[in-house]
Amino acid sequence: MAENNCMCQESGVLIFPCSGGSDVGELSDRVARKMAKCGQAKMFCLAGIGAHIPGMIESAKAANKIIAIDGCQVLCSKKILEHAGFTPISFNLKDLGFEKGKTKVDDDTIEKVANKISGGKVEKDISRNSGGCCGN
Amino acid sequence: MKIEILGVGCPKCKQLTANAEAAVKELNIQAEIGKVTDIDKITEYGVMMTPALAVDGTVVSAGKVLSKDEIKKLISK
Repeated sequence: MAENNCMCQESGVLIFPCSGGSDVGELSDRVARKMAKCGQAKMFCLAGIGAHIPGMIESAKAANKIIAIDGCQVLCSKKILEHAGFTPISFNLKDLGFEKGKTKVDDDTIEKVANKISGGKVEKDISRNSGGCCGN
Repeated sequence: MKIEILGVGCPKCKQLTANAEAAVKELNIQAEIGKVTDIDKITEYGVMMTPALAVDGTVVSAGKVLSKDEIKKLISK
């Protein structure tokens, strides 16, 4: 079997957005995807953790760091992860100044939040590649 | 008991297989050791990090090469 399909690479940072139905839920999801695309984290399925799928739980245990991004103060992602026995680094978009129902989800906002969470690493990628992070 | 090693066949998967075989041998138990190398099948188990180890269809470890002793603990539970 081809080894280039190997899934045994370093698991590093896993990111779990709440991906809720509101504007801030959408923002959490798109920030996570942006960070994954830029190689700052690997996006995982929060639903799989909530469903206690053993393979998902065990895969998440292999992570060096787990990040939860929640759109609001209900903190669903953080709580689901805690319920499964993880201690995530938690980011609440409300604390970052984004209010449910009043948040415009556009590329600038996504980049701004991704930078806050990744410690500016997305921005550094942008400055290296004139076409934007990961060429986007 | 059915033990499955989930992974596409890289050195880590091979090491985990060898450790599982050694664990079964030391415990002197009846166990069938199989390999799941198809990525679609691995994903069906919910595994995102390989190598993974499943016992009787349940994933008990992923993203780690468990030692022989760790496997012995898991399968003698």
